[in-house]
Amino acid sequence: MWNFPLVPPTASKEGADISLLYWAITTLAIVFGSIVLFGVIYLAVRYRADNNAVDRSNATDSDLRIELAWTLIPLVLALVIFGWATKLYADIYAPREGYYEVFVIGKQWMWHCQHPNGARENNVLTLPAGRLVKASIISQDVIHAFSIPAFRIKRDAVPGRYNAMYFTPTKPGEYHLFCTEYCGTKHSEMIGKVVVLPEEEFQKWLEKNAPGAVAATTTTTSAAGGGTLTLAQQGEQTFKALGCNACHLNPNSAVKVPDITKTWGSEIKLADGSTVKGDEAYIRESILNPGAKIHAGYQNLMPPYQGQVSEEQLIQLITYIKSLAGAGEGGK
Amino acid sequence: MSVKELEKSATLEHAGDGHFHGDGILGEQFETLEQQNTSYLIGMWAFIVQEVLFFGAIFTAYAIYRFKYVLEFTLAHHELSVPIGTLNTFVLLFSSYTMARAVRAAMQNRHKKQAFYLLLTFLFAGVFMVNKYFEYGAKFEHHLFPGGDYDAHTIVEHAEKKGELRVAEENGKEVYELGKTRDGQFTVFKKVTPEEFEQRTRLFFGFYFVMTGLHGLHVLVGMIIIAILIGRAWIDHMKNKPVADYMPVEMTGLYWHLVDIVWIFLFPLLYLIGR
Amino acid sequence: MATATYTGTDKPNYLNWKTTVASWLLTYDHKRIGILYLVTISIFFALGGLAAAMIRMELATPKGDLLTSDVYNKMFTAHGVIMIFLFLIPSIPAVFGNFALPLMIGARDVAFPRLNLLSWYFFTAGALCVLVALFRGGIDTGWTFYTPYSSSFAKGEVSLAIVGIFLAGFASIFTGINFLVTIHKMRAPGMTWFRLPLFVWAMYATSLIQVLGTPVVAITLLLVAVERSFRIGIFDPNLGGDPILYQHLFWFYSHPAVYIMILPAMGVISEVISAFSKRRVFGYHFVAFSSLAIAIIGFLVWGHHMFSTGQSMYAGIVFSFLTWIVAIPSAIKTFNWMATIWKGRVHWETPMLYALGFMGLFVIGGLTGLHLAAMATNVHLTDTYFIVAHFHYVMVGGGIMGYLAALHFWWPKMTGRMYPEGWGKLAALLVFVGFNLTFFPQFILGYMGMPRRYHSYPEEWAVLNVLSTAGSSVLGLGYLLPLIYLTWSLKYGKVVTERNPWGARGLEWELVDTPPDPHNFERTPIVTRPAYDYNHPEEPTGFVPKPRPVVVGGKDG
Repeated sequence: MWNFPLVPPTASKEGADISLLYWAITTLAIVFGSIVLFGVIYLAVRYRADNNAVDRSNATDSDLRIELAWTLIPLVLALVIFGWATKLYADIYAPREGYYEVFVIGKQWMWHCQHPNGARENNVLTLPAGRLVKASIISQDVIHAFSIPAFRIKRDAVPGRYNAMYFTPTKPGEYHLFCTEYCGTKHSEMIGKVVVLPEEEFQKWLEKNAPGAVAATTTTTSAAGGGTLTLAQQGEQTFKALGCNACHLNPNSAVKVPDITKTWGSEIKLADGSTVKGDEAYIRESILNPGAKIHAGYQNLMPPYQGQVSEEQLIQLITYIKSLAGAGEGGK
Repeated sequence: MSVKELEKSATLEHAGDGHFHGDGILGEQFETLEQQNTSYLIGMWAFIVQEVLFFGAIFTAYAIYRFKYVLEFTLAHHELSVPIGTLNTFVLLFSSYTMARAVRAAMQNRHKKQAFYLLLTFLFAGVFMVNKYFEYGAKFEHHLFPGGDYDAHTIVEHAEKKGELRVAEENGKEVYELGKTRDGQFTVFKKVTPEEFEQRTRLFFGFYFVMTGLHGLHVLVGMIIIAILIGRAWIDHMKNKPVADYMPVEMTGLYWHLVDIVWIFLFPLLYLIGR
Repeated sequence: MATATYTGTDKPNYLNWKTTVASWLLTYDHKRIGILYLVTISIFFALGGLAAAMIRMELATPKGDLLTSDVYNKMFTAHGVIMIFLFLIPSIPAVFGNFALPLMIGARDVAFPRLNLLSWYFFTAGALCVLVALFRGGIDTGWTFYTPYSSSFAKGEVSLAIVGIFLAGFASIFTGINFLVTIHKMRAPGMTWFRLPLFVWAMYATSLIQVLGTPVVAITLLLVAVERSFRIGIFDPNLGGDPILYQHLFWFYSHPAVYIMILPAMGVISEVISAFSKRRVFGYHFVAFSSLAIAIIGFLVWGHHMFSTGQSMYAGIVFSFLTWIVAIPSAIKTFNWMATIWKGRVHWETPMLYALGFMGLFVIGGLTGLHLAAMATNVHLTDTYFIVAHFHYVMVGGGIMGYLAALHFWWPKMTGRMYPEGWGKLAALLVFVGFNLTFFPQFILGYMGMPRRYHSYPEEWAVLNVLSTAGSSVLGLGYLLPLIYLTWSLKYGKVVTERNPWGARGLEWELVDTPPDPHNFERTPIVTRPAYDYNHPEEPTGFVPKPRPVVVGGKDG
């Protein structure tokens, strides 16, 4: 019974860095907290009313030097830690390259995860150790939050927008996965586990769980299509099923359309003169609501697909468009 | 003195403080009239600041969506009646003028004149509300109130007629093309599904009703206060009271100008811009 | 016989000069309105505490076996909504601000007594709406009402609860306006800005937040209700809205609202520490301006609640920076309080125990705020029990300790009876120990990742949760005791007739009867000394001038 943990496992590179910062701040807090706590007790006992043995002379009630000291010292310390924490945060959460990408869809009350090769998991996320992972997170209904304490990271799953999260699992093992944003009745059952496997085992796992490899995996053939295909291939199918290929990637197209093989990762000039980065959010918006950002030199001819494609299909399409730009693994 | 004696003693309030509390003008918590008047003014201004933030938050939300759904909002706002809006703007501006005259009359203790101008203000406010009634009525009639029977087809029809919207079909589904007709040539700016168009115009009318509704509520509250002030001014006139407290009128005046200014922002934001 | 020499219980005071129910419900007397608020919010404190007890009992075991998850969600929502909107926000401002503030600045009443009463009626009406919503099946949105869950998914009387919070919000705005004007215009002659007691400075800062922040949350919640009723897509992305906009508008108020809960408590602590150390508060100007600094900077940090929502990195950096800055004024206050005790004559009475307890708990709450101001650690800790522990340390450890310190400090002045000192000390000790036992384990749980608002949790966290639940029973006892002995003391407590039982400085102690006269002072006092002038015990802070002869038929004024 007394064998219970007091700290979480640290299973990612970022987690180790954040732990260091956490303990640094904690040390600072303990130092300052002790000064105040023990200082107050000491002073209150020493200067108790019936203790006349202490010196109470020269009891000034203001001193600019002291005030400045206890204003500026905490301020400097605060700024140092602010700098450290902000740098660390920017390093972790700013877009990085060379990653293995997984897509996570939150819905009341489960996590649905998709791998680039088409493997799907519910409430379990299997990851390779030692590789940078990017999780693109979105929600289908209310706001959820995708939290892996062992990695010290978290991102909200917001309906209608992708949030990205980067991390490098280091230690193979099983870790908790939580929804940390209150999302309704079964919020506390929206949990699962993250399984980190050594690279070779992970590759085996991927092969075994590739669509079609295991017919028993019931979720592999959902309405969104799939069969034996990778995510990009599924995207290609969806692309055709929705009739996108009538115009896009069609050399004989009657209308002039932007070249979507160049969309991913490029700076796209818009009709209003501004530029936008060709990322997931842009591709998603351009499918659902093409008129929002119009490519310079093109007319807005494409119909909006709002309400006609599911979140899963959108992920397939985005992966497909990425693959067209030659950005298979790692977004390069 | 016992408790009982104290209760009987009507003059306890100001026993011996030697200050003028006559005529019930000066509240017992105040020392001087000057203190009372500036207190009321600061309080009223604090209330106005509060109101500005109250409306400010909703203006912010409106501005965000006006920007996000600019074409849909533009088409929806064509349904608002600019003549009625303009009329109401002038009605409110005039009522602010008569209110200012009423405040001046109150300061001069000219009770009859004050009652007259307050009555004018009240009537203008009444005209505003009657206009509002017809305006709202028309929206309900065209199913533009964002309730259960909301229907954007009036907006679609009108926009089609103006050449700013075209109903097209793609992949066997209806699509609205939003754009402009110039020299007989229709340029598409944006395509939306009918559902989206309905959602976004509904959002516009949601803002319209919340914002003008809250404003209208402020007008109604103002009318009630003005009605009371008219009664008081008339009684003062009948009693030939030489001096009356002008602060209630002054404060109502401040409030009324606030109501006016909110409308001055509402009118262009909802009715005019994008035309 | 002059009024000042009355003795005994027959002395007319604000409590006994009129005793009908109507004389209470229609009173314009700030002291009585303070008492009305005290009674009302005590009921809600008990209700909110009951919900907390249910939560802790459920969490005593890892499995969700006591309550269904639906009932559990309704419990923590009820706990949050009641404690925040119906207890903490009105607690010190509406009770002690009303009771003590006019006395402290030498005023007969607040500037707008009728608005003051109206505020209580708004509050009560709002509270009743919330109660009806809770008893008609409850709501399960959490006190934050995050969209789109609250606007499109949650069932129950969410809109009614929102109307209730809207009304209570306006009660808070009215109180704020009232105090702003009162502090500006109702100060007695000689009571300059820098002679004001620091509680008044804290109330001034609080009132600014109430007036500037509350209308925003009022309209925001109203929009949620509108979205629920009319399906217009302001916040629900399925209807074309933006759920993050809701969070911006909500936290624009609700972060400053945290300071509505803590600033008045800080004001109380300045009063109590000074009164029981018999020393002028160290660095008066720094303590006073740090209150204003907190109120102003506090309006610019709301985005730190949203680091994990995917808001822009640059916005996050700015919000994080300002959050670090807003920590500094609190540190200044704490150090100045310590320096106040230094070379003082410390009396270990119950209010002082609470004040010392406040310092202990608030410091822990404040310093763990640093983990949350740092973006990298914030993202790991947000929405876990670390956050729960942190804000309980600040708002309960700080806010309620301050409230209890104020309650004991001004109790003899309010009621004319002394609370039993021994029981008071015992309760203060129980609250301190129970509080730490309840909430300290939650820091550890939070760092391990236990999410908040969870109805069940993994087995390995059971021990710490049991510890927390055990602590909460001690804490509950600690809160129950004052309720009992304070009520008891109303009838059996030692009668206090002297004006200044604590030997404290300040107009409310030196010039006001115990319990106060219905009109506070015989005549408006004239203030001649700065606040907390313990170095000159022979010089009163102010005096009540002799009556001027009334010239019959002559002009006056």
